[in-house]
Amino acid sequence: MISTETRPAPTSTARWHVAVLVGGFALLAAVAVVSIGIGAQAVPPMDVLRALVAPDGSANQLIVLEVRAPRALLAIGVGAALGVAGVLIQTLSRNALAEPGILGVSTGAGFAMTIGAALGGVASPAAELLVATLGAAGATLLVYAVGRTAPLRLVLTGVALSAVLSGISLGLRLMSPDVFDKYRFWSVGSLAGREQAPLLVPMLAIGLALVGALLLSRSLNAAALGEAVARTLGANIARVRLATLVLITVLAGAATAVAGPILFVGLIVPHVARRLARGSVPWLTGYALVLGPLLMLLADIGSRVLLPTGEVPVAIVTGFLGGPMLIWAVRKYGAGSL
Amino acid sequence: MTTRLRARELTLSYGERVVSTKLSLDVPDGAFTAIVGPNACGKSTLLRAFVRLLRPAAGTVSLDDQQIAAYGSKALARSVGFLPQDPLAPDDIKVRQLVARGRFPHQSLLSMWSQEDEEAVTEAMETAGVSELADRPVQELSGGQRQRAWVAMVLAQRTPYLLLDEPTSFLDITHQYRLLTLLARLRDEGRTVVAVLHDINQACRFADHLVAMKEGRIIAEGAAADIVDAALLKEVFDLPCVVVPDPVTETPMVVPTHFDDP
Repeated sequence: MISTETRPAPTSTARWHVAVLVGGFALLAAVAVVSIGIGAQAVPPMDVLRALVAPDGSANQLIVLEVRAPRALLAIGVGAALGVAGVLIQTLSRNALAEPGILGVSTGAGFAMTIGAALGGVASPAAELLVATLGAAGATLLVYAVGRTAPLRLVLTGVALSAVLSGISLGLRLMSPDVFDKYRFWSVGSLAGREQAPLLVPMLAIGLALVGALLLSRSLNAAALGEAVARTLGANIARVRLATLVLITVLAGAATAVAGPILFVGLIVPHVARRLARGSVPWLTGYALVLGPLLMLLADIGSRVLLPTGEVPVAIVTGFLGGPMLIWAVRKYGAGSL
Repeated sequence: MTTRLRARELTLSYGERVVSTKLSLDVPDGAFTAIVGPNACGKSTLLRAFVRLLRPAAGTVSLDDQQIAAYGSKALARSVGFLPQDPLAPDDIKVRQLVARGRFPHQSLLSMWSQEDEEAVTEAMETAGVSELADRPVQELSGGQRQRAWVAMVLAQRTPYLLLDEPTSFLDITHQYRLLTLLARLRDEGRTVVAVLHDINQACRFADHLVAMKEGRIIAEGAAADIVDAALLKEVFDLPCVVVPDPVTETPMVVPTHFDDP
């Protein structure tokens, strides 16, 4: 196959990536401002900017600062976390169908929430956050303990554990309508109302893990050449694998804890990012950092405007948006794996 | 002949299955060493021990009198480069990107792409003859081109030692000779080359030092002209043959005769 596109020299490739990323971040900022303005009480973009730069305490500004801006920030954090976690799991497992939930992170969180609801313990948003985080971490630890010797074992263990945990959770929920009711609200991934939970710790964790992912990306580049080559290039494969798993757990665990299970973002974002990054994990991570938040913000806007009254949970919108996007990407480019 | 890379009394095994015991080899510096032997004789296993992909159950591999087990992972990767038998490139990677990854052991966590990195990549692609292919996706290349791209990746590592596991296996005969000629040129430029080779005649033609292995042991080693004869081929490969001078290079050339049992 001969491509007709012009082939840039390496330095101009880097410049091209930087230009696209800067454009992407500018677009992201614009969408964030629009997102903050949209809702039951519409706020014009200029007022949004004024509220962020020079707050004066008016009603509109309170809406912006107390509700909308935290929610947009939450969408950005969750989107970035899920997008980058998707890049990490797909790169680690060399499987384009892998998504962060495959390691049992979200079923672990869901299982813990079910148990919590059954025991009647999770009353506050803070408690929800804690329980979901513990569940996500516990499940991944178990998966890692059993499957750490090879990426394929990890994925299989994750799938098996997920099946068991969701089976038990489903059983518990069917036996108790009360538990079912409580779980239901959490299980539909949504940003609505969640901006009122204590978000500093999970957002901080996501931020640190994103920095970690960027630092790790060059080692993942080496790891993508296969174990023998990676090791003789001086990459410590065992350590890279462990670090990657920890980062996936923190990113996907924190995102699931604050927003509930939102499965599609971690699958679709790496696919679209890969078309832009062209084989380089560092750039791939950079693109996921822009595309994840962008998809979440758009989905969140959609969740607020699709129904005349009330909201559609954001996880449903990401499914609606992400499904066709994935089909489009696969039809146009083929299902390349990393 | 001086030696800096040596294996002493190695016991090599995969789990319970012992491949070699008391295996020692001095790799002559600045020379082209070829390891030959029948399938599953332990030649690839020995190579993997030299690059620390396999930890010996007993014995040591040392470089400059320091055990390679004591080297940092990147430090060893700056001295010894390795190309496995059938490396797998990621789907959408281009030749230049692949070669650039050879710079990994020279980079730290936060270091930017340096002038030296750029020069090493350009030089490696020129040496391996893939400069023209720099912006082609690796998976679109022919087998010979792809193998040269991988060799360029290892060259970008700029290691004095270059170890290759059956680098000619999947190539047609022309590309086999081109690749071996390239390896000989790298030797002429001062590198130490060690390759596991399938073809005994190619090994005789290109190697300065030939190592013949069977069942995990070294049966004979030395210059091909000194060690290759019908008796050695009978012992190592169980092949009835005559050995004649290669009409082009005068090195030993193995010509099989007929088996006693048809």
